[in-house]
Parts: sequence; structure tokens; C-alpha cells
Amino acid sequence: MQIYLPIAEVSVNVFLLLGMGMMVGILSGMFGVGGGFLLTPLLFFIGIPSAVAVATGADLIVASSFSGVLAHLKRRTVDLRMGMMLLVGGLVGAALGVQIFAAMREVGQVDLLVKLFYVVFLGIIGSLMFAESLRAIRRARQPGTKPKRRRHNWVHNLPLKMKFRTSGLYISVLPPLGIGLLVGVLSAIMGVGGGFIMVPAMIYLLGVPTKVVIGTSLFQIIFVTGFTTLLHATTTHTVDLGLALVLVLGGVIGAQIGTRLGTKLKAEQLRILLAILVLSVCIKLGLDLLLQPSELYSIASGGEG
Amino acid sequence: MIRSSFTAALWALFLLPLTAAAQGVADQADVNFDGEQVVAGLSQNTISITANFDGTELLIFGAVKRAELPPPGKLQVIVTVEGPSAAVTVRRKARRFGIWVNADSVEVDAAPSFYAVATSAPWDTVISDTEDLRWRISIPRAIRSVGATVSDSQSFTDALIRIRSESGLYQTLPNTVKISEETLFSTAVELPSNLVEGNYRTRVFLTRDREVVDAYESEIEVQKAGLERWLFRLSREQPLAYGVLAIVLAISLGWVASALFRYIRT
Repeated sequence: MQIYLPIAEVSVNVFLLLGMGMMVGILSGMFGVGGGFLLTPLLFFIGIPSAVAVATGADLIVASSFSGVLAHLKRRTVDLRMGMMLLVGGLVGAALGVQIFAAMREVGQVDLLVKLFYVVFLGIIGSLMFAESLRAIRRARQPGTKPKRRRHNWVHNLPLKMKFRTSGLYISVLPPLGIGLLVGVLSAIMGVGGGFIMVPAMIYLLGVPTKVVIGTSLFQIIFVTGFTTLLHATTTHTVDLGLALVLVLGGVIGAQIGTRLGTKLKAEQLRILLAILVLSVCIKLGLDLLLQPSELYSIASGGEG
Repeated sequence: MIRSSFTAALWALFLLPLTAAAQGVADQADVNFDGEQVVAGLSQNTISITANFDGTELLIFGAVKRAELPPPGKLQVIVTVEGPSAAVTVRRKARRFGIWVNADSVEVDAAPSFYAVATSAPWDTVISDTEDLRWRISIPRAIRSVGATVSDSQSFTDALIRIRSESGLYQTLPNTVKISEETLFSTAVELPSNLVEGNYRTRVFLTRDREVVDAYESEIEVQKAGLERWLFRLSREQPLAYGVLAIVLAISLGWVASALFRYIRT
């Protein structure tokens, strides 16, 4: 069954879209990532114009994150105070990111910069997470050794300390604000929620327990992607409600399934799966940049832009 | 809209003296000029794009009207369907510092969003190059590119044609116009699902000895209908409301799904 998308002006298979939405939803519920880093390239692949894919992807992430966060709230695995700190940083960062995006657009190499951002960030985070969770799994297999105590690093020596009860932390508000800011900038430039950066940052930099990280990350993502959707709707007019509706339907169902799957897996397993996923997207994008493309030319509508 | 009516007016200006001249010459019996006229029709005058729009087939048919016996030379028919034109930028990737980046670009002033040429015989036997140049019939001629700053700008327009041909937006259809008894002709053009809104110009050319004898032109309106139209207009006219709607929709569906799953589990 085909559906014609009013803004994208293409016709695509409904079940394909539903499946893609569901897959992203499952990831979102399981790992606390928005799944935008996977959805946007997938949408390109089926022929949706890139601007529409980025903007509409943000709307889907709002839905799947909201659906996921409700499930996490029920289980009290959302650190609202931490979420608020991330959010404040995130909104400032998003506004900043939009400015950077506009500046890059004038130079005319937005595509390249976005892809480079993806490759670099996904590569670093993916490999760090992969190595760490592999060590953790190995440690768990050797019954004699106890897991190490949480280390005190430079993060714990910053001023403006605050109690984050749900996470069981007493740390400065500056690192959460900073992480939020970075994620905000990235979400505006890369068109993603930024969960794949926030989740590892919270785990490794702040020492937030993995179970709390996911709900908290989702909480922050709702607002940042909601803000991004609004920005795109009012400035670039590229949010496609037809596309969003079908993706959202799949996404919210997927998010529920994902949340339940997530509780059945161990934290290390969850992290290693996410690491593999992040790395494979990174490798795919990296190869696109390094190998000679089969079609050297591309068409962009409108004049020079 | 202004633009299309402007071109229509131009066409009228162009055609008027031509047909008048043809008429005038045909009156003199000793001059070998055929007073043949093409009369054509379309299977539909408007195409509505609704949510389940999946492309459509456009039938173009007609007859050749003539007062006397058909002149010598084989009668051929060319049918073109052309979507609204827009400027496009064609970019070419090149290897810089080991990675493939967009390097050169050429701005094509006007390229039709859709273009199909159907002919009754192989291209070379149907029309001469000068006539093609004059009427802008073949795909490369239908694209206007002037301000190219790159030396091999031709390869950019070639790429444009190649990419759009692969996605079915540009079609060359030789031997698809059927002519019966030197009088009736018909053809079908497949319009793909990724159509752009606007007026689609349909032209029919009658040729003999690779020269255009007569031309006919009409337009089909392609427009979104129903929900598609409503959403598109809302997104342009009230973007803020549209954005809020998108978020509200996402949030409420997220909530419904969550509630539903909780209900199923208990």
C-alpha cells in the first residue's frame, strides 16, 4: 500500500515506513537514544528529501521518547532534576547550533560537515563504549574480582554541587549543563536527539546508573527534538505530517516493546549492543566518504544554496 | 501561475502567424504544402494527488485533420508532457584530502520537474535537429542552462538527465505513439508517483520528412487534494500551528500507545 507524502512529494510504502518507525522505537525504548542517527539515513535511502527526513525524524523522536519516558516514569527511573539541567543546557545549545548551521550553509558544505560530525562522534563514542562494556562483561564472568568502586575524577571537584537523589549523586551542576549544551548543538546540526552522546556521557562522565540514564536521556530528548521540530516547521517548512504520522504509529509501539526488552537485558549487554550499533552506522558513513560513490553528481532543487 | 500564462501567451503569439502562414500557403493548390492540422485530447484534464496517489497513466489521443489527400512523406507524431520548470543545482563530488566532497556545481536555470517524449518512430527519423532546436522537444533541449562557470558544464546537464531518467522523471519513449490510417494516433505516458504540483504542458507535433507540420498544446493541472492539500497549505500558511500540531500529535500518540500497552499487560 502506497501513501503520498504532502510535503516530501513522493509516494512510499506504508508498511516500510511503519517498520522503520517501529525499529527506531524499539531502539529508543531499549537504549534511551532517539534513534535519529539511524532513521535519518534510512529515510534518505528510501528517497525522502534530506531536509524533510531530518525535520520529520525529529517529530518521530518526540513521540517515541514520550512513550518511552512514560514507561520509565512508572518505574521511577527518570532523574527529573538531572533532566532539567541537561534540558537548560540543551535549549541554549540548540539555539546556538542553528546559528552554526546557518553559517555553515553559507559556506556550502553542510552535507560534508554533518557527515564528518557523525563519523567522528559515533566513532569515538562507539569504540569507547564497546571497549568498556567488553571489560565489564569479562569482569562479571570472573567471580573472584569485585567491580571497582566509582572513581572520583575531575567532575567531582567542580563547584555548585547539587543532590541528584534518583541517581544517588552529589555533583556539580556544570557537567550536566555542559553535556546538555553540547547535545543541543549537535541535535541542531545533525538532526538527532543526541541520546547516543548523552547516554555514554552520563554513564562515564557523571557516573549515573545505567537504568536511570535511559529514562533521563529520553526526558531531555523530548524537549530538544520538540524544539527542533518547531524550528523546522516555522523556518524550513520541511516537517511532513503524513510521513510523521505513519512513522509515529510504528515508533510508539516500538518504544513500548523496546522498554520491555530493555528490562530483560543486563546493563553491560545493553551497552555493548548500543556500541555495536553506533559503530556500524559510523563505519557505513565513513565508507561513504572514503569510497568513490557510484554516482558523482547530485541534484539540489533551487538555485545556489 | 503568472509564469505559465505568460508562456502560454508567448506560444499563442508564436503559433498565430505560423498557422496563418500555413493556411495561406495551403490555399494555393500548386504549392506543395500540406494543410494538415492536429486535433488532440487527453484522458484527464486534472490530476488530483490524494493520500493513496501512486502515479497515473495519461492517455493522449487525436486525429489529423486535412482537406485533401495526404501529401507524400511519412506522417510522424511526437507527444511531450512537461512538468513545471524550476532552477536546480547539480553538484559533482571530487576527492579532496582522501574523502569525497561536493566540489564543482552548476546551476541549471530551468529544468522541468517531469518530461516525457513519445514518438511514433525512432528519434532520428521523426524530426531534424534544427526543428528540435526551434521547438525545444528533446530532453536536453527542454533544459535551459546558461550561466555555467565550469568548463565541462555539459557533463552536469547529462548527469541531471541521467539521474532524473533513472527515477522515471525523464522519459524517452520511441515507437510508442501508434498511428493508424495516417489519421488517428494515440499514446500513453506513465506519470510517476513523485509528481510535483503545477500545470503540466502537453504538446503534440505532427511531422513529415522530419519537419514540423503542425503543433497542438494543452495543459493538465496536477494538484494535491483532500488531506494532502490541507496539510500542505497549513504548513505554508500557518507554520507555527502546523509545528504545534506535529508535536501534539506525536505526544498524544506516544501517550495512547503507552496507555494501551499498560492496559494489555494488566
